[in-house]
Amino acid sequence: MLRAILAIALLAGAPLAVQASESSHTSVIPDVQFSFEGPFGSYDKAALQRGYKIYRQVCSACHSMKRVAFRNLEALGYNEAEIKSIAAEYSVTDGPNDEGEMFERPARASDYFKSPYPNDNAAKYANNGALPPDLSLITKARFGGASYVYGILTGYEEAPDDFTLMTGQHYNKTMSGHVIAMAPPLSADMISYEDGTPQTVNQYAHDVATFLTWAAEPEMEQRKKMGVGVIIFLLAFAGIMYATKRKIWADKH
Amino acid sequence: MASGNRTPFKNPVVEWVDSRLPLFTLMNKEYGVFPTPKNFNYFWNFGAIAMFMLVTMIVTGIVLAMNYAAHTAHAFDSVERIMRDVNFGWLIRYIHMNGASFFFIAVYIHIFRGMYYGSYKQPRELLWMLGVLIFLLMMATAFMGYVLPWGQMSYWGATVITNLFSAFPVVGESIVQLLWGGFSVDNPTLNRFFALHYLLPFVIVGVVFLHVWALHVTGSNNPLGIDVKGPQDTLPFHPYYTMKDTFGLVVFIAIYALFIFFMPNQLGHPDNYTPANPLVTPPHIVPEWYFLPYYAMLRAITFDIGIPFTDIVFIPAKLGGVLTMFGSILLWFVLPWLDTHPVRSARFRPQFRIALWVLVAAFILLGVVGGKPPEGIWVILGQIGTLYYFAFFLVILPLLSRKEKALPLPPSIHEAVLQQKKSVGVQA
Ligand code: HEC
Ligand code: HEM
Repeated sequence: MLRAILAIALLAGAPLAVQASESSHTSVIPDVQFSFEGPFGSYDKAALQRGYKIYRQVCSACHSMKRVAFRNLEALGYNEAEIKSIAAEYSVTDGPNDEGEMFERPARASDYFKSPYPNDNAAKYANNGALPPDLSLITKARFGGASYVYGILTGYEEAPDDFTLMTGQHYNKTMSGHVIAMAPPLSADMISYEDGTPQTVNQYAHDVATFLTWAAEPEMEQRKKMGVGVIIFLLAFAGIMYATKRKIWADKH
Repeated sequence: MASGNRTPFKNPVVEWVDSRLPLFTLMNKEYGVFPTPKNFNYFWNFGAIAMFMLVTMIVTGIVLAMNYAAHTAHAFDSVERIMRDVNFGWLIRYIHMNGASFFFIAVYIHIFRGMYYGSYKQPRELLWMLGVLIFLLMMATAFMGYVLPWGQMSYWGATVITNLFSAFPVVGESIVQLLWGGFSVDNPTLNRFFALHYLLPFVIVGVVFLHVWALHVTGSNNPLGIDVKGPQDTLPFHPYYTMKDTFGLVVFIAIYALFIFFMPNQLGHPDNYTPANPLVTPPHIVPEWYFLPYYAMLRAITFDIGIPFTDIVFIPAKLGGVLTMFGSILLWFVLPWLDTHPVRSARFRPQFRIALWVLVAAFILLGVVGGKPPEGIWVILGQIGTLYYFAFFLVILPLLSRKEKALPLPPSIHEAVLQQKKSVGVQA
């Protein structure tokens, strides 16, 4: 009997032990604060502009953002002329023209962000077989959202001794499985900030995570503002309904 | 619905219509003066709330359909275009997306109410069965809706669930190919799912109509589970319950709005914001939260069923899981004949009451298990939950029907209400 109980306990325990050893490889998501959190949160425009700068000068070398158009940059506080000139820095393929030829022209406000690679295969070929995901929705596509992205960018560490990495792989405590095929993309002072914000990896990561959250949820400020109004209205309406109901029911209960 | 003894209306236009088609007489009879037990608690709100959710889903769904493209190459992009470029598209989509969850919340509470107060018993068996049919149609609708945005979870959820049908012997493979419209989940699958996702809600409307019709024949049950004995037991539906229902509905909408505006993706899975990719399988494929208990029951059958110590297998594990999952809901159809105890309300059935609360606990446990990877302790917990679930319906209920001694019932609703007022009781 005792043996049977022991055997059952071992059987039940073994998978648990496996789980425990696995869980040491699970994603560590840091606890970081962002201005857009909470019911009254909003985007910090200066952080959005800095984050866009990081994306433009660093991440866009490998990651596309196909769902964001230059015209959307208005939300970051740029005016029409500024957007036009940002767009014009890129050239896009258009056509066919009247002669049936495709041609290059400067991008316009209505164009979408230009992708670094013509297709996924080219992207994989250039990155050791790993596909750099499109970043337009990345904060919605991962548990932890902005904190996750911040964690990925700041989570690089020396791999433990018993951990083997292949070429092109890096140890990252936020990535599930702790192996990522992206080399640490940020280093201190690599991008200059004109507004005196510290040029640290943590600050860069925070800014670009803010920018990517905006890219994934451009409606967030409008949504929350509307939500506050809707909730206040509904609570008031519920109060009136409750009072009316009480009055009608007064002699019936 | 006969137009025989009609009282004329004062308004000449209303009277003109009503004397030709007695719509106003009907509405007044069914929703105006309709005699309703006077002792309802807030559990009786959830039918009206479910009705509101159905209408909400249809209205937002039709607006979404105007901007949605049912093609594997465009579906994900078209949903993102709704989110970013269509005026208030994000609002419409978040209402629809969270609406599915809140529809299920309302209906789960509605079903629990029916079980707790014995609303499925004679003479309301058919009313109850129509309700179970609505629930099945809702499940099919929600499952197919979740496939439409064509994210990773859409694709892999559809693959896992449609594949289940292949467990049925002989016809299994053909059913799966019919569902897919080919040999894997692909564009034809998305197209037929969209067509059916558009159609089924209107079928639900039809069954809801029958459900309400049946209700208005038998009249409502009530928290005491005893029959209405006369006019002193009831109140006209309007204004008493129209007001009470509106109040409850507004509170429900307020909670629903919290999700829509402040945590619209809380109930969903992040993987569905990555476009479907047949070459990359997500590490954990999980259905929407409202399907998790059934998913746990599906995975609880990890063993073949056959003659022990031989190689003879009657029901392979996969088929066993599928039968368990479908059986768990099909059982509800015969609930009125599994529980034949003459007393309806759990208030007067202490043993039934405990068994039912344990069922709720088991169901919630199964929901937790369904979201975990099928390994270790979760498999065992899933099996315990499943065992209790089936034991409740197939063993405990028939047993209690014969053995349980109920508490004394009050003589009438009216007297019970008076009694309660005197003892300053809280409505339970
Ligand atoms: C040299 C190319 C390169 C640059 C520059 C780069 N990345 Fe990456 N990134 C990759 C690759 C390759 C992957 C895929 C990694 C994998 O799947 O293991 C990746 C993956 C990611 C992921 C997803 C991790 C996951 O959960 O799957 C995030 C988030 C990310 N990068 C953010 C950024 C940000 C933000 C920047 C700019 C600061 C950046 N990357 C710059 C190549 C790059
Ligand atoms: C019983 C009522 C209904 C339920 C339970 C339901 C459920 C769902 C669910 C769960 C989704 C996936 C949401 C997401 O993750 O994006 C969805 C999407 C969708 N539904 Fe419905 N739905 C219902 C009625 C309708 C109706 C009547 C229509 C229109 C004719 C409709 C049109 C759509 C469309 C176009 C989508 C894809 C867009 C999107 O994913 O947001 N739905 N539905």
